Amino acid sequence: MPRALVLIRPKEGILDPQGKAVERALPALGFEGIEHVRVGRMVELEAEDPAQLTELCEKLLANPLIEDFEIESF
Amino acid sequence: MMWGVLQFPGSCDERDALLACELAGGEARLVWHEEHGLDDIDAVVVPGGFSYGDYLRAGAIARFSPAMEAVAEFAAGGGPVLGICNGFQVLCEADLLPGALLLNESMRFVCRQVDLQVGRLDPPEGTQSSILPGETLSIPAKHGEGRYWAPEEMLDAIEANGQVAFRYAPGQNPNGSARDIAGVRNEAGNVLGLMPHPEHAVDAMTGSTDGLRIFDAVAGARV
Repeated sequence: MPRALVLIRPKEGILDPQGKAVERALPALGFEGIEHVRVGRMVELEAEDPAQLTELCEKLLANPLIEDFEIESF
Repeated sequence: MMWGVLQFPGSCDERDALLACELAGGEARLVWHEEHGLDDIDAVVVPGGFSYGDYLRAGAIARFSPAMEAVAEFAAGGGPVLGICNGFQVLCEADLLPGALLLNESMRFVCRQVDLQVGRLDPPEGTQSSILPGETLSIPAKHGEGRYWAPEEMLDAIEANGQVAFRYAPGQNPNGSARDIAGVRNEAGNVLGLMPHPEHAVDAMTGSTDGLRIFDAVAGARV
């Protein structure tokens, strides 16, 4: 069955406290010069009909009000 | 009057909500998430907790349950619905209320008593509310994902429509919510959601009975 990856991330301009927390932790670990960290999530799936994935994302995997998503099919 | 309190796998405040409904007047029963019939129900509470483990996003899975489909029909028919904490998240995910609830700005779970300023809670014409705009209610808040957010133009619209039911009192916003919003209503006024927990403020022994007044207002909100 065709595989797909769905990447979901907070919309531009929405405060992402997870990303901020990661960013703040970096200097203590010796990583310098890294900024604008944003944390999203990735969903792996197999779909008989990849054409239905956009609707699936809009209805369930992402909340279009607060999140953007990208679908990568293989 | 018969209240229906939804129960999902992972709900945890449904029993306090049952008690609050009974104290507010009337009978109350649990509505299991697989149940589709609300024929005997006059008002619905979607309670707090972690429905379906809050997997994916808080409320994202619960909105597709048979019970929530029934609640959507119930709300469309003018039935009063109160969503508390996770219930508020579920109602937003189900598009029964505007906006979304995001991770607290502080990244911390908050658990504290907060003062809520009543924005607008007047039920539609022909009904009565015991709560007046401008009043302050003392209600406990406990959540990790309670930061109310909506695009600026949506915030302007819900303010203009009088849909802001509650705001955190100045200096008490516990989660970074936009414009200090703690609770909103739908346009018709029969669906109300808030992050703080009125069902935990129903007995003087625990410091406040203000929560009962919110249940009273919901009971009168049929449109």
